[in-house]
Amino acid sequence: MTMTQGTITSEELHDLLSQRKLPRWNTAAVLATSVAAAILLSLMTPISGVAGTTVVAFVLFLVLQTWLSFAVEGSRYAIDRLASTFLVSALVAALVPLASILLTVLVRGFHAFNAGFLTSTMRNVSPRKPGGGILHALIGTVEQVAIAAAIGIPLGVLAAVYLVEFGNRSRLARSVSFFVDVMTGIPSIVAGLFVYTGLILTLGLQRSGFAAGIALAILMIPVVVRSTEEMLRLVPRDLREASYALGVPKYRTILRVVIPSASTGIITGAMLAVARVTGETAPLLLTTFLTQSININPFNGPQASLPTYVWDQIGSGTTASIDRAWAGALTLILLVMILNLSARAIARLSRVK
Amino acid sequence: MTQLLSPQVQPPLGRSSRPRDAAFAGISRGSGIIVLFTMGAIGAFLLWKALPALRANTVPFLTSTQWFPDDPQPKFGIAALAFGTLLSSVIAMVIAVPVGLGVALYTSHYAPRRFAPTLGYVVDLLAAVPSIIFGLWGLQILMPNSIGLWRWFDQHLGFIPLFNNSQNIYTRSIALAAVVLAIMILPTVSAISREVFNQVPPGHIEAALALGATRWETMRTAVFPFARPGMVSAAMLGLGRALGETIAVALILSATFSINWHVTEPGGNTFAANIALKWNEAGNIGLGALIASGLVLYIITFAVNMAARVVVERRRDFSGAN
Repeated sequence: MTMTQGTITSEELHDLLSQRKLPRWNTAAVLATSVAAAILLSLMTPISGVAGTTVVAFVLFLVLQTWLSFAVEGSRYAIDRLASTFLVSALVAALVPLASILLTVLVRGFHAFNAGFLTSTMRNVSPRKPGGGILHALIGTVEQVAIAAAIGIPLGVLAAVYLVEFGNRSRLARSVSFFVDVMTGIPSIVAGLFVYTGLILTLGLQRSGFAAGIALAILMIPVVVRSTEEMLRLVPRDLREASYALGVPKYRTILRVVIPSASTGIITGAMLAVARVTGETAPLLLTTFLTQSININPFNGPQASLPTYVWDQIGSGTTASIDRAWAGALTLILLVMILNLSARAIARLSRVK
Repeated sequence: MTQLLSPQVQPPLGRSSRPRDAAFAGISRGSGIIVLFTMGAIGAFLLWKALPALRANTVPFLTSTQWFPDDPQPKFGIAALAFGTLLSSVIAMVIAVPVGLGVALYTSHYAPRRFAPTLGYVVDLLAAVPSIIFGLWGLQILMPNSIGLWRWFDQHLGFIPLFNNSQNIYTRSIALAAVVLAIMILPTVSAISREVFNQVPPGHIEAALALGATRWETMRTAVFPFARPGMVSAAMLGLGRALGETIAVALILSATFSINWHVTEPGGNTFAANIALKWNEAGNIGLGALIASGLVLYIITFAVNMAARVVVERRRDFSGAN
């Protein structure tokens, strides 16, 4: 736009300051047109199926919208609209698989999911026949995750306390912090390999639920440390100083003042960590493998678990076992989602205060 | 409690001489050291237990594509595994990074304020889905429904070697595994980059808007320059996750030990999937060989994660000025 010198008429001023824009209903109209055109096309040409029609509609929408906007609003706004379209489609592209996964697990899972499924085991059940259940796997998962939590949560919380309260940005603290970050990304199968080489081959531990629990604990620790550290740093310094001013020693200040005021956040983090490891399969295959019947003792011999149960049933590959795999997946996802949602509910409840 | 009232109370912020304080400090410090030690011990133990197998190996470990570790003349190499791991992860990145960044940008700067947190939370739910379920879904739902897509690629883009499919079988391929991997790393990419996008100082954005920039120009001129290191590290952390993913890939691929660029054909293998599949049938040298391949995977993911963290750390240092 060029600025003319001298007086400007009000019409010129209006042209200068306002820009021609597409009406608000334009997007909806263009979308409706392109969908209609795509459906028409799919009826008249070999393009068929929901997927093909969707792609055609999407391309039509992009072309129409950009062309209209380019003609009316100019190239800058056309690009802006194009970018917005791509962002929305990215969101859709992310939500479609999520919806598909959750829906199929729900629908397919209920083929074999019933009260008997939760209360029986796979002992003496042929892979080809329906029936059987998941009780042994549930017991194994609960025990292994409990062992992991009993080791991982205290260790993680204490390490976080060290980082926040004692570390003082020392070299040790900085390297712990850095390696915890890196550890968040180690593949779960490597944790399994570590337990196998370090504890089973070297220390002579059996392949057992306990070994699996340790592998899961290794995967939990970085999550617990990170979330606890974040929560402890949120505790106001005044609270600690008030406690010190009353003469309370540091350890009591931490145990009675700092940790309680951060407790909801710490619990949320710990529950998310538990949820994360509940679904891990790979380390369990290396450290405890699986069985078809109940093994109550996590220190002795292989133990089943929900993820390895699903793995085993997929491996059998019969109609009945695939049904069981989906039902196992449903149980697993329910367990993980309950843990997840309640962790977030705790976080939300505490935020209100 | 009398101790509390005694006049010789040390300033609690200083070095405390109280035994309980010292003990507590020691315990928490010890936990920190255990965490650090575990990290170092992983590499050490893997190397130690892999050495006998590596010594017995009769072909070059890094460049061979064979995998017969339990032969009288053990032969195993990671070339095919490294190829499959890198190829599937790179394809997964190509899909997941643009989508993940798009989702993050949408939830942080485009979505109506009221829905933004919910949308972010829903995408994060993907991260809570266990990998075995991704595998089951990929095998039972995505595989049969995507055959048409791969055939279309073959028929219309077959002149590109990557999409060419001479077997006319479109299942259990690297491409399929990569799509599942992409869905799995999407929440990682989007959660981390969303965090960085949210940290862009509102002043920068308002300044761009005040200069008459469109929304997209604001993103390009104010948001991206500020968030670039975070976007890079989000992509790299996603890559790290894709490299190490085991179960979903093991379920989907039909494991072969070959280097095949035709990504829609069945076959391929990755470090992690190979370990899970071969573990229970492996003999002594076989286990050692798998551990050795696990060590390579560990080193690669460690390096990728470390690089990602270094990029972020550097940003954190000078963003304090804002």
